[in-house]
Amino acid sequence: MSPIATSLPPRPPASFHLFAYAAPQRFYPLAGRIALASALVAALLAVAGLVIGLGIAPTDAQQGEAYRIIFVHVPAAWMSMVIYLAMAFWAGIGLAFNARLASMFARALAPTGALMAFLALWTGALWGKPTWGTFWVWDARLTSELLLLFLYIGFLSLHSAIDDVRRADRAAAVLALVGVVNVPVIYFSVQWWNTLHQGASVSLSKAPSMATPMITGMLVMVGAFWLYATAVTLLRLRTLILAREGDAAWARRLREAA
Amino acid sequence: MNAIALPLPRPAETGALRGLRCVVARDLRLALRRPADTLSVLFFLVIVVSLFPLGIGPEPELLRRMAPGVVWVAALLASMLSLARMFADDLQDGTLESLLLSATPLPLLVLGKALAHWLASGLPLALVSPLLAMQFGLAPDAMGLLAVSLLLGTPVLSLVGAIGAALTVGVRGAGVLLSLLVLPLVVPVLIFGAGAVDAGSAGTSVAAHFSLLAALLVLALAGAPPAAAAALRIAFE
Repeated sequence: MSPIATSLPPRPPASFHLFAYAAPQRFYPLAGRIALASALVAALLAVAGLVIGLGIAPTDAQQGEAYRIIFVHVPAAWMSMVIYLAMAFWAGIGLAFNARLASMFARALAPTGALMAFLALWTGALWGKPTWGTFWVWDARLTSELLLLFLYIGFLSLHSAIDDVRRADRAAAVLALVGVVNVPVIYFSVQWWNTLHQGASVSLSKAPSMATPMITGMLVMVGAFWLYATAVTLLRLRTLILAREGDAAWARRLREAA
Repeated sequence: MNAIALPLPRPAETGALRGLRCVVARDLRLALRRPADTLSVLFFLVIVVSLFPLGIGPEPELLRRMAPGVVWVAALLASMLSLARMFADDLQDGTLESLLLSATPLPLLVLGKALAHWLASGLPLALVSPLLAMQFGLAPDAMGLLAVSLLLGTPVLSLVGAIGAALTVGVRGAGVLLSLLVLPLVVPVLIFGAGAVDAGSAGTSVAAHFSLLAALLVLALAGAPPAAAAALRIAFE
């Protein structure tokens, strides 16, 4: 140790501890407040997005009114991917630093992600029927979205099959991380498979230009979906915290106060 | 660095590779002593493949078109059957704990387990596949392609399957859960394995498919043993 290091002034006491909120009892009330705020803004954005999307945006020249399902379909598809990344990130943090709140957060994200993937497939099928004449084609994007749904289901099944929640957290985290490595491989292999088979004559590639209200409505709806996912995940996280740590003193005081 | 030179303990003559060899030899001996396990996987493959013509109809053209995919899907399912036992038996008789405590790095031992699993299940599946291809009227060239694609692809199934087997070791309903976890992850192997045979039948080059299968194998060789080892450690915490 050189003498210079010891002559440095002591670190000033930090006024704001970021990691303080890694403790479930500290995060619990904060999660409630964020969830409430997100839910309110999500509701406002959803109303605005639907008014723009269903009322103001023009009818599509080729697809008629049927295209309007993109205001649900595209946000759901985007969120299903974003949530998988977030889930794997928090699961990885939970695994690496043994942080139980991060693991709970990953577990809380999974059902919403699965719902989004399902919603994207469902609305995609509803959109496909009037535009392509069929509910389902083995298009690369559809197939990889389906596999993403399977990955979510695998995460949730593995988590629920292991009784010890800490072991379940860590095992599911390994699965989520393996899945993240695999998602690009799956995506590209499905895409090449599709081009090799030359099966689908329809392409999901977008029309060259979209009218401004369409884009605006879609982005507003993405915001609404994002905040909805945040709100629901945080509410689920609060439930998970109470379910796992309900016997802690702070949780008991909370129950008595309620 | 003029400290007192303590005589360092010589690294034991049992190198890391010796541990790997021991695991492979042990698992193969177990497989040979219980041939019914290996054979039942093979018969499962044969039965599943034979069910397809019964369900679809005997038109030769249709069957020839479907053969690569059918054999590949059946091989996927057959290897799922034997995967559930990869660590479960070792957990029961305590071998798994001594593997975890062994001086040999755990990923290497897992690699050995996966290699033994492939020798006992993937390799026989690949060897029996030309017979099945004959039932479906594939051309001799396509038969060879099918066998080679299985030889390249089934090790990936054993390696990725080892992750699933390690994650579900000692978990209730491990068999079904294992398939649920592993099958979506090995979709690329199915695509390129069956695609290679299709490309060969269509007269196009199969090099791209085989390169991609080999790339998947390299990725699985590098990534799967550490992941499976981490999963085993989690199971024993």
